[in-house]
Amino acid sequence: MSDKVDFIIDGEEVSANPDQTILIAAEEAGIYIPRLCAMKDLVPFGACRVCTVLVNGRPQAACTQPVASGIIVENSSDKILKIRRTIIEMLFVEGNHYCMFCEKSGNCELQALAYRLGISAPDLPYLFPDRKVDATHPDILIDHNRCILCGRCVRASRDLDGKNVFQFVGRGLGKEVQVNSSAKLAATDIDVTDKAVGVCPVGALLPKRVGYRIPIGERLFDHNPIGHEIETNIHNSSVKE
Amino acid sequence: MEKPKIATTSLAGCFGCHMSFLDIDDRILNLIELIDFDKSPIDDIKEFTGRCLIGLIEGGCANEENVRVLHEFRRHCDILIAVGECTTMGGLPAMRNTIPLKECLEEAYLDGPTIFNPGAMIPNDQEIPLLLDKVYPCNEVVKIDYLISGCPPSADTIWEILTALLNNKPVDLAYGLIKYD
Repeated sequence: MSDKVDFIIDGEEVSANPDQTILIAAEEAGIYIPRLCAMKDLVPFGACRVCTVLVNGRPQAACTQPVASGIIVENSSDKILKIRRTIIEMLFVEGNHYCMFCEKSGNCELQALAYRLGISAPDLPYLFPDRKVDATHPDILIDHNRCILCGRCVRASRDLDGKNVFQFVGRGLGKEVQVNSSAKLAATDIDVTDKAVGVCPVGALLPKRVGYRIPIGERLFDHNPIGHEIETNIHNSSVKE
Repeated sequence: MEKPKIATTSLAGCFGCHMSFLDIDDRILNLIELIDFDKSPIDDIKEFTGRCLIGLIEGGCANEENVRVLHEFRRHCDILIAVGECTTMGGLPAMRNTIPLKECLEEAYLDGPTIFNPGAMIPNDQEIPLLLDKVYPCNEVVKIDYLISGCPPSADTIWEILTALLNNKPVDLAYGLIKYD
């Protein structure tokens, strides 16, 4: 009964189960906290830091931080939005994100977050790293230029597909996703129907021969910002009540 | 009262952003009530004739001439607007940034599969602007006041920014006017 935990997000009172993370509790209350590495059915990872919120004034990753009674969470203050915009901009300039010819454009979560946060264009110096494309597999390709190291494919392959195809190697700027094989993607047992292929938030891991199928104007984020479903679900259900 | 002036240029761009600008269609008649064009391919004025309120830059900096023109725009314009992906992040020309310049030139003039170049010469005339080691986004070369992404940005986006600035209003782009593709 009273094992619920009450806390505040942006002045709004939210009630949650004690084992929930701030991100999930907020989502159930119809509050969208932007995220990239966090995804339903995947274990929280805390890699991308896009879901950073201020908890009693301290920056915390909402996807891994458990709720606690009486905490005050800032999800939309100017301070947190500034932090979040910088994180998104860094993800852009650390890779080679050529949206103009990317198959994922319009359905890309990184791009959608930049749109939602009103980033007219990243304003940090670009690194232009030299990264490779692995198109050896007949049905799937990896473009490391677009990888943001969110680890969704690593976790999905390990936990949902039971295959453990992907793993991180290296550290810092040299960190990258590698396949569990001394050869290339073609030498692994990944299949295009695997869950891991569908979880990539950007255009780094893509099924072949389906690009650009959805015309401009009908893509996922063409008309509504990312997180719109979460924000409107609660609105709809409260209307029904 | 003299109308404020707008200058435009295309550096390492494809003129697609200028085409998108012309896509404002008949709104250009309203625009011309408010402003005059100065140095711009639109009216073919080659040199600045005076101080400009707004400079629209298309394209990044791929060679020394791009840098010279960009500095000239910064000197003559109160507000510089970077229009399009090439200007804000280098765009397609920046794909050469991960390849050494020497290799790019050798591929283009010596080793490419369709090259006929018996003298094995890489163009090196004084008239040709020297290429930079990399393609640079314009905001890494001079101070840029507004960045507009998109390949190209839509006419509505360009119109929204110009009308906001000319009416002394803050630039606030609605969802759907910011596009990276």
